[in-house]
Amino acid sequence: MPIGEWFNKQKKLAPGNPNLEKRAVPDGVWEKCKGCNEPIYTKELEKNHKVCPKCDYHFPFSAQERVNHLTDPGTFDELWADLSSEDPLHFIANKTYVDSLDIARDKTGLNDAVICGTGQVNGRRVAVGAMDFGFIGGSMGSVVGEKITRLIELATDDRLPLIITSSSGGARMQEGMVSLMQMAKTSAAAARFNKSGMPYISILAHPTTGGVTASFPSLADIIIAEPNALIGFAGQRVIEQTIKQKLPKNFQTAEFNLTHGMIDMIVSRLEMKHTITRLLDYLEPRGVAQ
Amino acid sequence: MRRFAYDFEKPLVELETKLDELKQLESAEKQDIAFQIKYLEEQIQKLRLRTYSKLTPWQKVQLARHPDRPRTNDYIEAIFTDFIELHGDRIYRDDPAIIGGFARLGDTRAMVIGHQKGRNTKENVLRNFGMPHPEGYRKARRLMKLASKFQLPLITFVDTPGAYPGIEAEERGQAVAIAENLLELSALAVPVIVAVIGEGGSGGALAIGFGDRMIMLENAYYSVITPEGCASILWDGEGGADRAAEALWLTADKLFKLGIIDTIVKEPLGGAHHAPALVARDLKRELEKSLKELGRTDPAELVEKRYLRLRDIGFYSQESGVAKTLNLNALTGE
Repeated sequence: MPIGEWFNKQKKLAPGNPNLEKRAVPDGVWEKCKGCNEPIYTKELEKNHKVCPKCDYHFPFSAQERVNHLTDPGTFDELWADLSSEDPLHFIANKTYVDSLDIARDKTGLNDAVICGTGQVNGRRVAVGAMDFGFIGGSMGSVVGEKITRLIELATDDRLPLIITSSSGGARMQEGMVSLMQMAKTSAAAARFNKSGMPYISILAHPTTGGVTASFPSLADIIIAEPNALIGFAGQRVIEQTIKQKLPKNFQTAEFNLTHGMIDMIVSRLEMKHTITRLLDYLEPRGVAQ
Repeated sequence: MRRFAYDFEKPLVELETKLDELKQLESAEKQDIAFQIKYLEEQIQKLRLRTYSKLTPWQKVQLARHPDRPRTNDYIEAIFTDFIELHGDRIYRDDPAIIGGFARLGDTRAMVIGHQKGRNTKENVLRNFGMPHPEGYRKARRLMKLASKFQLPLITFVDTPGAYPGIEAEERGQAVAIAENLLELSALAVPVIVAVIGEGGSGGALAIGFGDRMIMLENAYYSVITPEGCASILWDGEGGADRAAEALWLTADKLFKLGIIDTIVKEPLGGAHHAPALVARDLKRELEKSLKELGRTDPAELVEKRYLRLRDIGFYSQESGVAKTLNLNALTGE
């Protein structure tokens, strides 16, 4: 189903078809699809990589799930997992940054919003990174910036294809300008990687927005989006307040980005690994291709 | 004429207005009035000190946005000679929110790029309040490449509330336009000197806002998000902009502590618009100093040093001992 149609469908159903809403969904065994409102057997959903078998709706995927899905079983070696954020600004809002970090760590089991390492994709060694939206909105502060930069440097030094899945609300406010500068830092690493002649594939998952979009995820050789991913720079509320108009229905969707030439393709999660393998077959420098 | 004034400046402006009125009074009792004028002048002097000598971060943000604050074109005119403005991104249009071109600083030929705000409503509509569209960033990138090709040092002036948040801006690729500038700037083989003169609004500022030397005016700000935006997200309500401005460490003194900027150029009491020529003179000195230092460095070394500088920005800890670059700056914020 084309993404535009999917969105229309979602809209029709979202406010609640009373018949569907009343259907009780017991915890754990069944899950209700946010796309088509149909119940799905949880085990079936897991087996289908958290994509609704009925309507192709992509459920959120954690960083760990992405890495497991993309790399061959048992080949992923995580790197720099113990990097952990400091609190340079001693930031306090409605809660302290230190507390926000603790809550996010407990919730996700991660130290910060990205997992990086090396692994194999259908037998080919690659450098892989995946962001986790569940960790303070996938925001980029010192740790995300540092780990992404190290990953890109590793790929440059070891001549590895680079594959990064982004999912982020933007730069992390709680680290102020230190976060903003991570955009420059990761982009600088990408500039060096570009000269290595090795391929960089960027996957944009729901949502990829804010400052993060304006850095390493947009600097790849090939940019792929997952269906129904929200992708853009400025936040929709900010745009609406600025222009004082309603935004078009499909604004900043993956399809909107495809139409306007910002991404190469939209690929279902179910086809992602296969597509990346096919792309790498074309992109690997001569003499290296297997 | 009524002067523009923020709330915290209003008591001062009221006194100043009173003084003006007194001075204009034609009075028989000149003696009395002379005494009153003298008294009022003293009071004004005291109040001015009290108002401006301990500005809060939020008050600095307001001064950075002051409608009378000198703009990029004012500094270009005051600091450089023989400015030749260049236009257009060669793809879509010329974005008036960013200006740039060749200019001479003393004997040194340079490329200058800056965000351009307007001086009044009409100008601001034309300049889009200094908020660029993607074509503005693409023009900047074209000029960066020109600078590199002809070995001209690049001097940028940062003064934007942010990249424009609009439908067309997204359609034409705001994100990728900014990202490509970051990529270009990071590897540009000429000296890059940045002067943050007013608002440093997030990614829209960063796209021309990092380099080998980072100079910042005393009351300018540079931030990951506007204080208002931060407040609406993290404090769930309005009126938190002053707290957010405090929390975000967006002022020159705090950014110096963090190692993000290198030099602070002092402003007169009340802000740069109270003595634009003085500020321009001091900024010029800093630019000349930076140019002299960087001019001696080999281009490849410049790029390497710029990379290492970016590389070093970050505050994190690592349990295992295999850290490639365990950050030693982690305590400078204290």
